[in-house]
Amino acid sequence: MEKVTEVEGRAYPFGMKNVDTDIIIPAHFLKTITRDGLGEGAFEALRKDGNSVFDDPEFAGAPIIVAGDNFGCGSSREHAAWALLDMGVKAVIAPSFSDIFSGNAFKNGILTVALPQEAIDRLMEVAQTDPITINLENQSVSTPFQDRWAFEIDPFRKRCLLEGLDEVGLTLQSDAVISAYEDRLRSQQPWVASGTKAAA
Amino acid sequence: MTARTLYEKIWDAHVVAQREDGTCLIFIDRHLVHEVTSPQAFEALRKAGRKVRRPELTLAVPDHNVPTTPRVDAAGKRIPIADAQSAQQLAALEKNAPEFGIHYFGATAREQGIVHVVGPEQGFSLPGTTIVCGDSHTACHGGVGALAFGIGTSEVEHVLATQTLQLRESKTMEVRVEGDLGPGVTAKDLIMHIIGEIGTAGGTGHVIEYRGKVFEQMSIEARLTVCNMSIEGGARAGLIAPDETTFAYLKDRPLAPKGAEWDKAVAYWKTLHTDEGATFDKSVVIDASVIEPTVTWGTSPEDTVGISGEVPDPMSFADPSKQRAAQASLEYMGLTPGQKLAEVEVQNIFIGSCTNSRIEDMRAAAEVLRGRKVHPNIKWGIVVPGSGLVKLQAEAEGLDKVFTEAGLEWREPGCSACLGMNPDKVPPGERSASTSNRNFVGRQGPGARTHLVSPAMAAAAAVAGRLADVRELTREPA
Repeated sequence: MEKVTEVEGRAYPFGMKNVDTDIIIPAHFLKTITRDGLGEGAFEALRKDGNSVFDDPEFAGAPIIVAGDNFGCGSSREHAAWALLDMGVKAVIAPSFSDIFSGNAFKNGILTVALPQEAIDRLMEVAQTDPITINLENQSVSTPFQDRWAFEIDPFRKRCLLEGLDEVGLTLQSDAVISAYEDRLRSQQPWVASGTKAAA
Repeated sequence: MTARTLYEKIWDAHVVAQREDGTCLIFIDRHLVHEVTSPQAFEALRKAGRKVRRPELTLAVPDHNVPTTPRVDAAGKRIPIADAQSAQQLAALEKNAPEFGIHYFGATAREQGIVHVVGPEQGFSLPGTTIVCGDSHTACHGGVGALAFGIGTSEVEHVLATQTLQLRESKTMEVRVEGDLGPGVTAKDLIMHIIGEIGTAGGTGHVIEYRGKVFEQMSIEARLTVCNMSIEGGARAGLIAPDETTFAYLKDRPLAPKGAEWDKAVAYWKTLHTDEGATFDKSVVIDASVIEPTVTWGTSPEDTVGISGEVPDPMSFADPSKQRAAQASLEYMGLTPGQKLAEVEVQNIFIGSCTNSRIEDMRAAAEVLRGRKVHPNIKWGIVVPGSGLVKLQAEAEGLDKVFTEAGLEWREPGCSACLGMNPDKVPPGERSASTSNRNFVGRQGPGARTHLVSPAMAAAAAVAGRLADVRELTREPA
């Protein structure tokens, strides 16, 4: 994963609540076997009429989306994160996120920044004309107008993002403790350990 | 020892290591893999030169994009998939599973089906296990008392390579249901009603445990339906404590323990319940007796109403953002405030999906349809069994004939019209009564208008040509 320290730039003033992953990327784009090129299908249903913030040249290529609560609910498709990444989005700011989406976003170096609705309302205004800055190290969101909010992030996720850690590689360093767990499983719950080999 | 909830017991039993910041390395007992969310994960393993750590703990089966039309011709030869991309995705799984040593039920195997139907049916999903899959409806397996949740493709890769996940413990939430369900009110109506009460973010950050007599009296099929839609309530997982019903369901399943191991397993499974005095971070109480056969009116699963109800006025919601969302929903759905749900005409019927495609669901729909015909309003209606084994069982009971004689199509197993990524779609602007789990904008195809219902209610809608109260149909057919 690439290191992430700061995201700065224009933001799509989206504001929609309960944005589900079918809205972010409809299922007919999921037939791909790669992670690339999904930006084309991002927010397809909303872009159909050409009137959405995602069609407005003012915001083209913006790295931030400002949205309503429960962003990313629904399906576990990581394609939603890949689609955002492909359209150049590096951070989403919303009052809340679905658990699975925020996990997927994190694995792809996309920040999911939870701020209270008042902050979102203010950012929706600022986004119309000016850039927004998200600093991961300081855990802050700021605007050119002295607005500043602090946000929470899981310390492990923060470290992975700042250092650009490969999570699989990190876990494989724990090989010995995983093996010890597996040995216990084999002796205490052989019916779990045998898995598909249980078939007679 | 401190009193613990069921979730806490399963979590504690799977902690491999805990870091100072509280993140835990959690062992994953069962991994289900399908064609859509796995190709990028296998490709990443290949690139990094990594193996699947414990291939025997993974089971692969295609379900999302396989067409539900016949898969072999009269001569027994495989019929190619017309859509090139779908064919490529299926071919990737057919190659990846054997290459990485994973047990695979192919598209033409009798055991093939929707991952969440196949897992419990094969006895692969067991009480007290951790189960993951690159699909949010993995919550389903909580119906057999497993801690089961959906993951993204990066996590699929992580589980394949390490058989673990880096996780933080969730909060606990109790959904306690008091009283009994009325006649014609099913597990589907109950879970839709619960989501209507708690909202689609009601369970975010939590694992739900469903508690109360209603669940104890439910079949495993019904419990799977309830837990399946936990994610629609925002919870990554839902659980129902295993009991004698669970043990009876699992006994003699192909991958369930046998002989002395079975007895040992059951003894352990009997310890898997929330202790007296254990507390939940959040608790919700639902009165079962007020629940009607339930339908959705909008484009969020929380937009539920009893079948005798009306389309709500968006302005009746207190929250301004909910008012806007409801307004947009009604525009998309082509409905007006005050309209009676039972007067809404439908053109499409879908009976299937990981929520409602098990044998009991087939029976419930067939019971309503027996001796009846679908209404002329219905242009397209399909019944899609959840697995090849469900299909065979239904055919042995003659249910396929009931469906086809009524005027519905009987299909091959798969996810089908639940998600609009295979040929089964609802046309733009048309309405469906669907037993699936999501009524999102475009979910069943661009512009499709979905009303979520139970299998019996879908059958009632097929007969009436509109959303209809199944309780008015369960009397003798006309």
